[in-house]
Amino acid sequence: MPAVADSTRPPQRTAAMTFQETLFALQRFWAERGCVLQQPYDIEVGAGTMSPDTFLRVLGPKPVRIAYAQPSRRPADGRYGENPNRLYKHTQFQVILKPSPANIQDLYLQSLQAIGITLADHDIKFEEDNWEWPVGGAWGVGWQVMMDGQEITQFTYFQQCGGLDLDPISGEITYGLERLTQFLQDVDSIYDMVWARDSDTGAVTTYGDIRLPEEQQLSAYSFDYADTTRLWEHLGAYEAECLALLQGQRSLPDDAGETQLRRFPVLGAYELALKCSHLFNLLDARGAISVTERVGVMARIRTLIVGVAKAYAAQGERIAALSGKVAA
Amino acid sequence: MADFLLEIGLEEVPARMLAGAEAELARRTEDLLRRERLLGEEFAVESYSTPRRLAVLVRGVLQKQADTEEELLGPPVKAAYRDGKPTAAAEAFAKKAGVAVDELRTVTNAKGEYLAATAKRAGRDFAAIVAEELPNEIASIYWAKNMYWRPGKPERFVRPVQWLLAMLDGEVVPLEWGGRTASNVTYGHRVLHGSAPVTVHQSNDYISRLNDAKVMAKVEERRHRIRKALDHACRAVPDARWREDHPLVDKVTHMTEWPSVILGSFEPQYLRLPEEVLVTVMRDHQNYFAMEGKDGKLLPYFLAVLNTEPDANAEGIIRHGNERVLRARFNDAAFFYDFDQRTPLRERVTLLENITFQKDLGSYAAKTVRIRAVAERLAAHMSAAALDREALDTAAQLCKADLTTDMVKEFTELQGIVGGLYARAQGYSAAVTDAIYAHYQPVGMEDAIPPTVEGQVLALADKIDTIAGMFGLGLQPTGSKDPFALRRAANGIVKILAEGGLPLTLSQVVDATGSAGANRISVRTFFAERLESYLREVRGAAYDVVKAVLSTAPDDVRDALARVDAVAQVRGSDDFLAIAAAFKRMKNILEQARAKGERVLLDVDSSLLTEPAERTLADESARRATRVAQLREQGNYAGALATIAELRPAIDVFFEKVMVMVTDAALRRARLGLLARVLGDFNQVADFSEIVIAG
Repeated sequence: MPAVADSTRPPQRTAAMTFQETLFALQRFWAERGCVLQQPYDIEVGAGTMSPDTFLRVLGPKPVRIAYAQPSRRPADGRYGENPNRLYKHTQFQVILKPSPANIQDLYLQSLQAIGITLADHDIKFEEDNWEWPVGGAWGVGWQVMMDGQEITQFTYFQQCGGLDLDPISGEITYGLERLTQFLQDVDSIYDMVWARDSDTGAVTTYGDIRLPEEQQLSAYSFDYADTTRLWEHLGAYEAECLALLQGQRSLPDDAGETQLRRFPVLGAYELALKCSHLFNLLDARGAISVTERVGVMARIRTLIVGVAKAYAAQGERIAALSGKVAA
Repeated sequence: MADFLLEIGLEEVPARMLAGAEAELARRTEDLLRRERLLGEEFAVESYSTPRRLAVLVRGVLQKQADTEEELLGPPVKAAYRDGKPTAAAEAFAKKAGVAVDELRTVTNAKGEYLAATAKRAGRDFAAIVAEELPNEIASIYWAKNMYWRPGKPERFVRPVQWLLAMLDGEVVPLEWGGRTASNVTYGHRVLHGSAPVTVHQSNDYISRLNDAKVMAKVEERRHRIRKALDHACRAVPDARWREDHPLVDKVTHMTEWPSVILGSFEPQYLRLPEEVLVTVMRDHQNYFAMEGKDGKLLPYFLAVLNTEPDANAEGIIRHGNERVLRARFNDAAFFYDFDQRTPLRERVTLLENITFQKDLGSYAAKTVRIRAVAERLAAHMSAAALDREALDTAAQLCKADLTTDMVKEFTELQGIVGGLYARAQGYSAAVTDAIYAHYQPVGMEDAIPPTVEGQVLALADKIDTIAGMFGLGLQPTGSKDPFALRRAANGIVKILAEGGLPLTLSQVVDATGSAGANRISVRTFFAERLESYLREVRGAAYDVVKAVLSTAPDDVRDALARVDAVAQVRGSDDFLAIAAAFKRMKNILEQARAKGERVLLDVDSSLLTEPAERTLADESARRATRVAQLREQGNYAGALATIAELRPAIDVFFEKVMVMVTDAALRRARLGLLARVLGDFNQVADFSEIVIAG
């Protein structure tokens, strides 16, 4: 055998945190740095960015510090629970700092220490990776953070969202919780990851114990069972309702009062738009969208999402104007 | 004399942008200092960069501009004094010039008498000028993609600016930009040194202070260290070496501040996957170097370049992590490979109907049909023995089928290659598989052309179909915009015709698409430009030689190349330069004569030519014209040019003894006719009058 260090013997390192301890540690770390901890958004989304806590809060002038875990569904990535590295639904831990503080990279590196990573024991690189979500009219500039060859975080300075130029600029940190924990626990399959350990008995609950049936069944639903005719109907119905709301907001009378403005359900329109986005992903995974249709359907969803962003910004401006404050 | 140092501290700059930005910062700084007369006589500029900094050190700058004097012209004397006393106008002028009123002089010019003064301008300090001007230069650096970060969005740059360091010897130059004020503090390696500030006491200390803080600021030093470390790490495996990869060395050099290398391994079972797939995963997705044995075959090892200097335990952790990531990626690739084999390429051709090539040009299935037809037409110009037509047609039919595979969806850079590998696995002949494998080649001017005749014809067919189709839609490249990479496709065609052995002309290639009318003309013009760029940039031919050859509108690329080589070879010889000068003179005489309304006919009464010098030129040129035509037909351009050069004595004597533009109209016409014939006979290899004669 060539004189290479025996790579089957894992090197010495501190005991890795469980999946839920990693989440606790990140939440505590960011809470101690002024972040409000939000709970996951309760509508299907493909990424933490799509939660209104990111997508809408990065718009306008109001400062924000918020962090939350967001289960993210990507039907086409489902593998019936058989692939050790790919999931129908994974968990993103999302941090939004607006405006982005000058020491945001240092804070990020400290957060890695908070989840038990000794920086000197790893090779950490910030490699160019510029995030974009064309359907949301959103893009930013930033990096994927690589640790020992594994991407563990997406780091983005938001430049545009919903087709609107942003000022101030938000810093977004998105940790891939499964990947990060799997890497730290050094297990080959996501499903073998320790989710929780009973502190009395030492009994272990794995990621597979909690999530495997969901992966098996929702993969099967997305690929094999979903009724595409009905999915198209749902898409059309949600789209029509969303468009009607957006039209309603534009038609609010010029003398609308503050309460009428505040109660107008732009957030409701956003939930409808998110429903459409998820239905599109399902139809796509099901193979029900031909190449020729694809661009057109994406444009329809872009109209909804970008429309909501504009409506949200307009709502904020009108309320601010009424309150006698300086509009954004 | 002093040394000036500027460092811009940044969050990690994309590796691909660093070298250009470093050079631009150095150039802009030097230009500014020159413009402001702040460079000493023996100045020297050095520049440095790492992912977190751009820096420039200019040695031998002046602390202060030299004082200057300027002659100023003031008001007319008659407005300057009243009753012998200076007026307000005179006083204002003296003030402007910075002199006392009695120091004003009087000068007389065409308009009359005026006041004059010598204004002394005191030179300004280096620090004042640089603090004022350098920020504009920093702000003007070009970035392929930049961003805003500060509230109010006052500036854009590649990434947020973290600090500025600016020093003239030991003194801080207090320039401000991007919300930062320059100091004498820099920062070391994020992990190996941490966030403690590093003070630079003298601009010359910079490199050694950073070195102590685990940052190698000199790019070439890092490159050298990486190469050494790669060599060293290889020694752990007997008879192994790392695969040379200049772009990857460059990339990792720009991704590290303090590089080191680890050797990792993977399970030999993955070697069953095509080498191209393994190397792509390692190189393009993980920035790893592949290793090979003496026989050039891939070994189950890789080399990763780290941006840290781990101890033994950390090295184990980092190696283990990298190996895990690679194993997962190879697992994915193995899954794609096995899964893809379930649907043979032949069945995948119909799936191409679902993949759009371009919305008005249809799907890849439609493109496949066109490629087959074009390839068939091109093959028709060639002898049956020259290529395997059946293999060409099969390859044309299958060449895009790999676009439907999971492997290509995951590793798009392997299109074509995967098709070739799968065709081989599915039992197609080498002629078919090699053609598919290489049909995207050459990808750039540096890349090789497809090695087989079938591959070359297939590549031509694919590329010309794209070009003709896009031109037909009015989607030709404009200025720097070439979204469909049509220039690259056309360059590829020129390169294949120049370097392959195909008996095809540019017209034949263009016409194989059925392109006609204005579209055909614009495509041909486009190719003339690409041919020029190939001759100049790839072949390194001189501008005038290329122009001389291209003015004969060559259609055969290899023939144009032979002419360029022949002209370039004789270009330096005295006889040839004399001929070129004489041809230029003839052309001028003819042009001037035509401009005066003279009709120049080739068919003239040569009995009018009675002077010995003109008789000699007429006879010598007539005799050589036949010979030159023969040599040209044979492609012996060197011989043709040598024969033309023999005309020199006759031409020299002609211009010495004979006057062309005489008053006798018939004689004048006969002499013009002679010149026109000489030019017509001998300017067919190249238009020699385009040759630039030095001095």
